[in-house]
Amino acid sequence: METIETAKIIKVAGPVVVAKGLKNAKMYDVVKVSGQKLIGEIIELSKDSATIQVYEETSGIGPGESVFSTDMPLSVELGPGLISSIYDGIQRPLDILKSTKGDFITRGAEAFAIDREKKWDFEPISKVGDKVTSGDIIGIVQESSIVKHKIMVPYGIKGEIKEIYKDKFTVTDTIALIKDREGSIHEIKMLQKWPVRKPRPYKKKLPPLEPLITGQRVIDMFFPITKGGTACIPGPFGSGKTVVQHQISKWCNAEIILFIGCGERGNEMTDVLLEFPELIDPYSGKPLMERTILIANTSNMPVAAREASVYTGITIAEYYRDMGYNVALIADSTSRWAEAMREISGRLEEMPGEEGFPAYLGTRISSFYERSGRIKCLGSDDKEATLSIVGAVSPPGGDLSEPVTQNTLRTVQVFWSLQDKLAYKRHFPAIDWLTSYSLYLSGLSEYYKKEISEEYIELRDKSMALLQEEAELEEIVRLVGVDALSSHEKLVLETARSIREDFLLQDAFDITDSYSSTKKQFLILKLIMEFHKNAEKVIERGVTMEKLNSLPVKAKIIRAKYIEEKNLKAFSEIEKEIISQISSTTD
Amino acid sequence: MIKEYLTISDVAGPLIIVEKTIDVKYQELVEIELSSGDIRRGQVLEITEDKAVVQIFEGTTGIDVSNTKVRFLGKVIELPLSLDVLGRIFDGSGRPIDDGPQIIAEKKLDINGNPINPYARDYPNNFIQTGISSIDVLNTLVRGQKLPIFSGSGLPHAKLASQIARQAKVLGKEEKFAVVFAAMGITFEEANFFISDFRRTGAIEKSVMFVNLANNPAVERIITPRMALTCAEYLAFEKDMHVLVILTDMTNYCEALREVSAARKEVPGRRGYPGYLYTDLATLYERAGRIKDKKGSITMIPILTMPEDDKTHPIPDLTGYITEGQIILSRELHHKGIYPPINVLPSLSRLKDKGIGLDKTREDHANVMNQLFASYARGKEAKELAVILGEAALTEIDKKYVKLSDDFEEFFVKQGEDENRTIEESLAIGWKLLTIIPKEELKRIKDEFIEKYLPTDIAMEDKDINAVKS
Repeated sequence: METIETAKIIKVAGPVVVAKGLKNAKMYDVVKVSGQKLIGEIIELSKDSATIQVYEETSGIGPGESVFSTDMPLSVELGPGLISSIYDGIQRPLDILKSTKGDFITRGAEAFAIDREKKWDFEPISKVGDKVTSGDIIGIVQESSIVKHKIMVPYGIKGEIKEIYKDKFTVTDTIALIKDREGSIHEIKMLQKWPVRKPRPYKKKLPPLEPLITGQRVIDMFFPITKGGTACIPGPFGSGKTVVQHQISKWCNAEIILFIGCGERGNEMTDVLLEFPELIDPYSGKPLMERTILIANTSNMPVAAREASVYTGITIAEYYRDMGYNVALIADSTSRWAEAMREISGRLEEMPGEEGFPAYLGTRISSFYERSGRIKCLGSDDKEATLSIVGAVSPPGGDLSEPVTQNTLRTVQVFWSLQDKLAYKRHFPAIDWLTSYSLYLSGLSEYYKKEISEEYIELRDKSMALLQEEAELEEIVRLVGVDALSSHEKLVLETARSIREDFLLQDAFDITDSYSSTKKQFLILKLIMEFHKNAEKVIERGVTMEKLNSLPVKAKIIRAKYIEEKNLKAFSEIEKEIISQISSTTD
Repeated sequence: MIKEYLTISDVAGPLIIVEKTIDVKYQELVEIELSSGDIRRGQVLEITEDKAVVQIFEGTTGIDVSNTKVRFLGKVIELPLSLDVLGRIFDGSGRPIDDGPQIIAEKKLDINGNPINPYARDYPNNFIQTGISSIDVLNTLVRGQKLPIFSGSGLPHAKLASQIARQAKVLGKEEKFAVVFAAMGITFEEANFFISDFRRTGAIEKSVMFVNLANNPAVERIITPRMALTCAEYLAFEKDMHVLVILTDMTNYCEALREVSAARKEVPGRRGYPGYLYTDLATLYERAGRIKDKKGSITMIPILTMPEDDKTHPIPDLTGYITEGQIILSRELHHKGIYPPINVLPSLSRLKDKGIGLDKTREDHANVMNQLFASYARGKEAKELAVILGEAALTEIDKKYVKLSDDFEEFFVKQGEDENRTIEESLAIGWKLLTIIPKEELKRIKDEFIEKYLPTDIAMEDKDINAVKS
């Protein structure tokens, strides 16, 4: 990057540095601070001074040292080579830094985000003479064994292809020439840059249509998220939030996964780093890393880079969306991101809003989530693509009334309420069925009816009603004891328990149980409700709950979740047994 | 040449403001000389063109505006290190207080350290046997983990921490081991307990202690843990040692941080603690870990006393978000005379799953752990019910669970201060306890393990458990 010395530091306070005499400075331009070339970004401008947030430790920096302008906003590099990478919050490749700088992240470390040496097989799909516009795909690179990287005409370029080559290229080689209407020739390279704080453009936003299948029963059945939707998981510590997120990134049916570890534990990131390459993507049979990009800015890494990490992540996610992919972005945790904003706002001595958070907290959160959605991409072929966001929040003390959670809930459509009390009971995933919600339910009804079964919606509503009733009945049991209940009410309790333990409870570490297809989810729930329906009939005729519970088919319902996906026809057998065994109780 | 300034303009709390400064750097080390000849040390917190805000570690008592000399030393705070630090005791700013000689430095390291590249980390998965059943079986500690003890005032966290430091070992092999101990604002008695306990058991030879007592300046506490961790990093990653770091008491550390923040008139976050408390704690806790291709490791046990035993207080809350689990001590168990009073239900070790099982502890470990958790929880629940409805309301099976949970506390959790149980012994006690409930209730244990490990003499008397223990 070209840098020109222009200014002198006049103040240093933690990650915030003030410099004087920066010529032509623009908001959010990247600058290099002091001789160590620490990366920083201009976040406040006045007539002759600029306030800079520095993405690295500032100790040892003092007034009088130089600041170099790069005249560029904070941008990410986009092109083949992103997949399987692991970056820090400002897209420095951590694996490269380890080999060049050692085990600790030292200051002023620089490395290209995308390998400049590696050659990619560029396969053109456009030909000379084609009229192309921004977003049109002109060629394809096999980026990993799963992902085809589509090379698009960069934003702002429109014209006729003059030349296009088929060969092995590095990302900085010219792969095509495009002549625009004014007659000037643009050299097209595979490498593009995009400023992170500016959403990448698209043609049109569309309402979401399909669920993002996660294979997690409580999510897919009761609180689904759509492709292009937004969800929030607040969880007090110890409630299994991380496992839920890992499960989603492992199993969800998006083609590209972006995982942002924003201000979280180092060892947890290591777990992801060591585990993802071992995990097999259920859709392609290849390692999960082949469709994943990781951003790791752990809690001890510089706070300003943490603030940038979510933007870096979402910009890369948008880039893959623009190729026509379904992308899922998982951010853990947006609370740490908000805290980074608070810390920087505090250093700027801004007037604080609630709990010291800056007044613009809500705006920032909602504009981040608004970068999700199902869209019609740029380009002449009208491809559709989605970007879904799952954001974790870590409310202090588990108190959901705090500003980050509240601002997030105002924006997101799905709320998965993790409860530590469920976790203590070893009920995982500890998503509370009574307080969680999904606003996509009605919009997705048609999909479920068509794809799975006409009965789907009714089954779900009925079982949810039973869970609600259980909560009320338990109140009564607590006051007057279980004997006060009618036999019908006892059946409700029993069925609700069965829904909880045999359906909602799902073992992430069991090979079969870790993922349930929507079909299997439906079938398990159907068994439970079938039992309930038939039991209702006989219980009126005096059959006791004990007798029903001792039916051998009960054990089969309990084991139903361990039935393998290829063996789903076993369910109809069990269903028959339910009917025959229950009717035999009245003999 | 080092310039001397006589230009202090303000003194506020632990801070002084020096004017007309030239060429001063952020976080530079500062020495000030009082008119009495006293030398104190400080650090630059904020620097503008001609003014520096300096925090004084030894406090500002006795500083005057006109006669105090200020010298900026042109370097950040560094700790001199060599292998000679082992067996030594330092004050909170790293000066020897054991009448021994100064450390001749093989290396001087910046006490702020650098973050470990997440890509360079290795996942902690080596089981550490602490000899304490409720930790080893239920909340297993692994090498490279940070596992805090959440305690309350008056609870025996010091005893527990020193027992862990004494007994902790990795099964199977002898490796170089060291303990780094940082005391922040604890009483002389508590510090003395650690020192004399380490002396008694000979652990002192393998220990490095940094001691800031309650009557030492509060601000010094901000650098004490950083000194200790820099020392630990040196021993672990340059000298291949397995280092156990004990930080006590983190609550005092956070209070010192709050004091400085208030003196700087910063916008406070929750309960007056600064908004950057999370980041600040993370820069301490995250220095624990393992690094690929390095032999050594840092395992950390921070101790914090929860104000009013409140887990949602910012200090335990933020700590819990950074550390990999927590061990919670219970006042109720302590009153019952149970040592160590570990409340196993809310305690958690997030890294246990990869540190236990075949080849690490024993194949049945995970199953036994889940079964004990579930059974103890059910017993406690039944007991609560019995309090409301009377013992008669309990079913036969619930009564057995109640017995199990009582015995669990009495024989499994409770153990002697010098009692070092092997993992086999701990698991054996667990299995003995599980004979109290019918075999059909052992739903979380695989049949083959029940077959192999479940003791056959079903009727168990208390003396049997004692037999296992001895």
